[in-house]
Amino acid sequence: MPASDDPERARRFREATLPHLDDAYTLARYLLRDPADAEDAVQECYLRALHHFDSYRGPSIRPWLLAILRNVCHAEFARRARQPQVPVRNVTEDAAEQPLWQEPPPSPEADLLRHRDAQAIRRLVIALPAPLREVIVLRDINDLSYREIAEIARVPLGTVMSRLARARAMLRAAWNLEEESTS
Amino acid sequence: MNCSESEVLIHALLDGELDAGHAHEVEAHLTGCSNCSAKLAMFREMRQAMSETNRAESAPAHLRQRIEAAVASAAKPQTSPAPSLAARLKFWPRVRRSFFGGFAAGAVLSAAAAAILFIAVVHDDQAQRIAGDVVSAHLRSLQAGHLTDVETSDRHTVKPWFNGRLDVSPPVVDLSAEGFALVGGRLDEVNGETTAAVVYRRRQHLINVFVARHLGHNLGETSEARHGFNVRHWTQSGLDFWAVSDINTAELNEFCQSFAAAM
Repeated sequence: MPASDDPERARRFREATLPHLDDAYTLARYLLRDPADAEDAVQECYLRALHHFDSYRGPSIRPWLLAILRNVCHAEFARRARQPQVPVRNVTEDAAEQPLWQEPPPSPEADLLRHRDAQAIRRLVIALPAPLREVIVLRDINDLSYREIAEIARVPLGTVMSRLARARAMLRAAWNLEEESTS
Repeated sequence: MNCSESEVLIHALLDGELDAGHAHEVEAHLTGCSNCSAKLAMFREMRQAMSETNRAESAPAHLRQRIEAAVASAAKPQTSPAPSLAARLKFWPRVRRSFFGGFAAGAVLSAAAAAILFIAVVHDDQAQRIAGDVVSAHLRSLQAGHLTDVETSDRHTVKPWFNGRLDVSPPVVDLSAEGFALVGGRLDEVNGETTAAVVYRRRQHLINVFVARHLGHNLGETSEARHGFNVRHWTQSGLDFWAVSDINTAELNEFCQSFAAAM
């Protein structure tokens, strides 16, 4: 581990990366759909990022950090897929039983509606296929540019655009169904 | 523009990722297509709702502490580095095992997604940066003593001067009949590359033409105003050209057309 026993380097690393912890945690929550796995993935991401911090070049550290996180999350998925004999929690069934996010319920009534919408949107985004979910979370929640998303997802810009269009169309269709069933 | 193109591009329009020309094309389609304009309104509403309700989540405090501790511990000189680090992380060993098999899930859709030509229409950061570079170089050249390295109105002197100083041979053309007098040439720097600058004058206005080897970046043919200067870019004969001046757009266009035609 080159130069990793350097407290000055660790300080620079913390200052550069810790402001993006919430973003990283949010992305991991959506990609892995499990809070404990998301925490593990974020921690692993930060350790890998520290290890490779010397190779970081570039204007914005956030896409770099999130690209590492995405690799960690995909590795975790691949591990799950290769070990079918190990009982893995059935994510979709659990997701239907439990709220996806544990949050204190908001008190004012105006917030209640917003809270309900936010929960509904989260649930619908979580239900999207992984490649579409990733693009819509990076764009609409992490607020990254198309170019940054293309780098993180390692796909051409045109693919980012077509995935985003499909993601939003699917989300909208699911949302319409939801509103019909509640009204 | 047809509806299937528009269905994808309205998202880039909403996200502010289209350049002015293509935004205009999409908007032109939308005025004539009630179906697509209804979709735009619908997605705008949805995007608005998402941005109001779904912001980034706060990471739990204990996660922050775990990461702080892990970073601090990794940064300390360690007598037995590998085991002590791995022992701290329950996630680490299982991830390490599967690291090389990682990208399968992400590849599922990339084959299905058409590699459409949209790259060219997206607002190009690099083109913007280079345009900024070019204007800065033009401004530097206006300072006393920076305009030319070789000062002569004889193109047969300017052109050979560049030989051996650059890996391109910039065209130096005589446009005196069109009212643009050749002032001279110099070496400059654009986009981190040594670049030829050929200088012309009309009345009191200077025009810098920057010439660089075309590196295959699709910068397109563009025209814009920056800090009060007009910038035009075009690609011709394997070279990139940028013309910068404070003369008006029509005159700069006239200059560029004359220059391109005389090559």
